[in-house]
Order: sequence, then structure tokens, then C-alpha cells
Amino acid sequence: MAVVSPSFSRYSGRGSRNKAKEWIILAVCFLCAAVSILVTAGIIGVLSREAFMFFSKVSFGEFFGTTEWSPLVKPQKFGVWPLVTGTLMITIGSALIAVPLGLMSAIYLSEYAHPKARAVLKPILEVLAGIPTVVYGYFALFTITPALQSVFKNVQVYNAASGAIVVGVMILPLVSSLCEDALTAVPKALREGAYGLGATKMEVTMKIVVPSALSGIMAAVILAISRAIGETMAVTLASGMNPKLTLNPAESIQTMTAYIVQISKGDTPNGTLEFQTIFAVGVTLFATTYVLNVLANRLVKRFRQVYA
Amino acid sequence: MSTSLKPPKETISAAVIEVPEELRWQLPFWRRFFNKLFGAFCFTALAIAGVLLVYLLFSIFRDGFGRLSQQFFESFPSSRPQRAGVKVALMGSLWVVALTAIIAVPMGVAAAIYLEEFNTKRNKLVEFIQLNIANLAGVPSIVYGLLGLAVFVRWMALDRSVISGALTMSLLILPTIILVSQEALKAVPKSYREASLALGATKWQTIRRQVLPSAAPGILTGIILSISRAIGETAPLITIGAVTYINFVPKDVKSRFTVLPIQIFEWSGRPQKGFHENAAAAIIVLLAVLLLMNSLAILLRQRATRR
Repeated sequence: MAVVSPSFSRYSGRGSRNKAKEWIILAVCFLCAAVSILVTAGIIGVLSREAFMFFSKVSFGEFFGTTEWSPLVKPQKFGVWPLVTGTLMITIGSALIAVPLGLMSAIYLSEYAHPKARAVLKPILEVLAGIPTVVYGYFALFTITPALQSVFKNVQVYNAASGAIVVGVMILPLVSSLCEDALTAVPKALREGAYGLGATKMEVTMKIVVPSALSGIMAAVILAISRAIGETMAVTLASGMNPKLTLNPAESIQTMTAYIVQISKGDTPNGTLEFQTIFAVGVTLFATTYVLNVLANRLVKRFRQVYA
Repeated sequence: MSTSLKPPKETISAAVIEVPEELRWQLPFWRRFFNKLFGAFCFTALAIAGVLLVYLLFSIFRDGFGRLSQQFFESFPSSRPQRAGVKVALMGSLWVVALTAIIAVPMGVAAAIYLEEFNTKRNKLVEFIQLNIANLAGVPSIVYGLLGLAVFVRWMALDRSVISGALTMSLLILPTIILVSQEALKAVPKSYREASLALGATKWQTIRRQVLPSAAPGILTGIILSISRAIGETAPLITIGAVTYINFVPKDVKSRFTVLPIQIFEWSGRPQKGFHENAAAAIIVLLAVLLLMNSLAILLRQRATRR
């Protein structure tokens, strides 16, 4: 005891200045972490404030109950459904492309590919994921749309199909990498049990691995859908700015995000109804994607607990 | 356990486990056939992605390579495609990205340090912050644009300036920076911290002299990847009102600006074919910048794994 205490007291004597410094650094780091809460609060506060002002002028019934959207031309009409169906068309179309392709690429990478082949093939997806969205927009407008027009007769220059295809390609890397994580997390013992019973690789994959990874795969699908809903530049370039209640993929449409871009490009004064509409649309967008993200994060968490 | 019972090592280590050769004849033909067919299908899915990537890059180079010249880099926007250039947009992108990095990197790393190092006992507040960051990472970028428009452009009256753009972009990439920095910090072995603390170093001394240096390559890689995302982002900057037709290079943080992706967007939307070529050429410039940054990230990652 007598040996320990002098050195201890010397240490704590030097520590008083250190302690203050440590405390300040801790506080600064905490504040930086707390900014994230501020951002969420800011998003919710700002969006709902402007959206509230919007809904004080335009009734809820008109916003969700009517089917014509023309906020810029008199008489103004504020039925949000054309934007919603436009967004849905892009989302469903892109999911139809990205989910099967992404899941199958993930299966190939995690179950079939030789480690060397993996090392060569995986970067393809990483590069696809790193390409800016506006580049995909260019690709859709000048490559996919002409290709569609050469096959189908009545495809317009701006059309929903082109947007859906390009968003599908864009979210494919996301689906694939999340699915791959889910597949590789499935314990090897499950696979070996099935192989031991004489199953082929396909049977092991489809009957053991994919069902075991299902909640992870679902999370991947949900996150991809959320990304597709929020995608902006590619769909604005590919699918146009024509809010029209249609389910025809050959026609030009407008998504919620494209509408925000259209208004932002013009110089809309603060406090006008047009200005407030982008926040009303924005809050719809934010609420939808936030719910989807929370859901996906829950699924991932549960999945991790199962195989932890 | 006797070691002789273990299967040969290759079967364990390789991800590929096949039905042993001598058993294969027992499987009916159709099961073997579907097995191969399924594998081929899965490979095709990946091949489609590969073909699309190659074709995308090919079509852009075909359209835009001819426009790349010194004139293209040195010219201001113009109503005639042959005289237009990317100088203003390129400089705008550099300004925004540099400021974004200055704002977002220290904040992101500090937040990650708080979440990983300072809080050994996970309380409710920290759990909440962590969950919140994960959810923020998935918020569409255009929503950040709306936040920036309302808070920075209007409320703080920073106008449609470089600093408004950089602040908006910082909020956008902050969650990503925090998450990747946390991963890098997690990868530092616990024994480093314990040894340092046992020698009498304080918590901060341990973090600064032991943890941060060994996590640095990982953090840097994450930062570079987040910043490449900021370079390619378009939507939030359009929302805060970065305009396309600006014929001066930003002088300070209060200047109005445009960025490369917005310039590409604008040129793509014009009817004249000459502008489409400009857009493709600008895309090549953008991709070249991104390629440069990503190679740097890969280099750092390799250095990190070698150690």
C-alpha cells in the first residue's frame, strides 16, 4: 500500500488540468454526435411547418382526394395522386428489375463464385454503386430510351419505363451487397447439413440458405425501395415532368422528387403556395422513406440476433 | 477429437462446397441439370450488370470524348455548345467539396469517437443517437436539400451561396462519415486501449495517440468515399437553388455557384445535340475525378490491411 499511494497521488495531482481538458473534449464530441438529433428535428420541424401552412390553404381532402396536379397553371389543382402513381411506377418497375437480378448476383457471389472470380466480379457492382445519379439520367435519356423506342412504337422521349430501368440498375448494387451480407451470415453448418443429405448446390441455396436469410433479404428489398422512392436526378431526366395519372410506362410522368426539382429550378418566392407545395410533397417523401428505413433496420437487427 | 475425422482443408476454407465426385452419379440427371442451370442463371444476372456498366461507360465516351479539349476546361457557359465549358462548374464543385470536407469531417469523426470510445456504458440517449444516425443515412438526398433551403438559404439568410451548399452537403454526408469512422474505430483491438490506459494515459491521450492513428486508414477511406458521394450529388444543390447559368468562378464562400452534376443535368435537358456532347464530356470529367478519389481510397485500404 505504502508503495502504491505516492505514485497514485502524483498521478492524480497532474490529472486535474487533464481532467478539465478531457471533459471539454468529451463535451465537444458529444455535441457533434447530438447534431444528428438536431438534423432529424430540423427536417421534421421545417417540413411540417411549411407543410402545415400549405394545408391551411389547401384541404387534406383536395390533396389526397382529387387526381389532378397542376400547381403552376391557373386554376391550381392540388391532387397529389399523379405524383404518387408516378413514383410508384418507378419504384415497382425498378424493384422488379433490381430484386431478382440483385438477389441472383448475390447468390452467385456468396454460393457459387470461386474466391478469385469474386475478387474480379464484385468490383463491377461497387463501380455501379459509385456512379453519380445524374450520369444514370444521361444514360437513360440517350441510350435506354432510344433502345426502347426502336423496339416499341409509342414510347415517348420522356417515359416511365426508361426511368424504372435505370433506377433498377442503380439500386441493383445495393440489393446485391445487402443480400450477400445476409447470405454469408447464414452459418456454414446449415449448408453442410443439407449437403450431407445429398442436396445439390441449387437445393441448398433455395431451400436452406435463402429461407434462412429471408429477413435480411427483405430488409435489402425494403431499403432498395426506399432508395428508389427518393431517387431524383435519374428519374427527372428519364421520365420527365408531366404529372399525369397513368399506368402506361411508355408515357411521360412526374415523380414527387422530380416535382421538387422542377419548382426549385425556377425562382419561386418564399411563402407562396408553390413554394409550400414542395415541402408538402417533401414531407410525404420523408415520412414514407423514414418508415421504410426504420422497418428495414429492425429486420436487419432481428436477423443479426438470430445468427449472432 | 482426432484430426483424421476432419474433412480436407480445402473443403472448409473455400466458399464452394460441392457434392463429392463419387456420390455425384447417384443424383438423377434433372437435379444435376437444374443445379447447373441455376448457377448459370445467377451468373447471368451478374453478367447483365457487367454488360450494362461497360455499355454505359462506352456510350458516354463515344458521345463525349471528342469534346474534351483545353477549351472545354477553360470556357464559361455559353449558349453555343461549341464555346461552352466546365470551368465554372468544376471550380464550383471544388469549392463546395472542399468546404464540405472541412465542415463534415471533424464533426463526423468527433461524433464517431464519442459513440465508440467515450461511451463504454451504452445508455438510452446514445442508443437513440445511434439509431437516429442509421435512419438519417437513408433519408433521400433531396430532403436534405429542402432542409438546407429552409434553414441555411432562408432562415440564416446565407442565400444561394457556396457556404449554403457546403452546409447542406455536410449534413447529407455526416451520417455516412460517422458510420464508417465507427467501423474503423471498432476494428482497433481492445488491447491497444488497455495497454495505453494501464500506462497511465488518459482517455483522450489513448484515443489521440493509439486509437486514431491505427484507425486512420479506415477512417480516411470512409471519408474519401463519402466525399466522392458529395461530388456526385445533384438534387440537394438544385433544391437550395444552385443555378446553372453563372459566368464567374466563385470568389468566396458567399458567391453564387453551380457544380458539375448540375451542369450535366442542364446540358442533358437541352434540345441541341451539341449540348448532349458537352454533357457526356462533363460526365467524363466527373468520372475521372471520382476514379482518382476511389483509387486513393483503395490505396489507403491496402495500406491498412498490410499492416
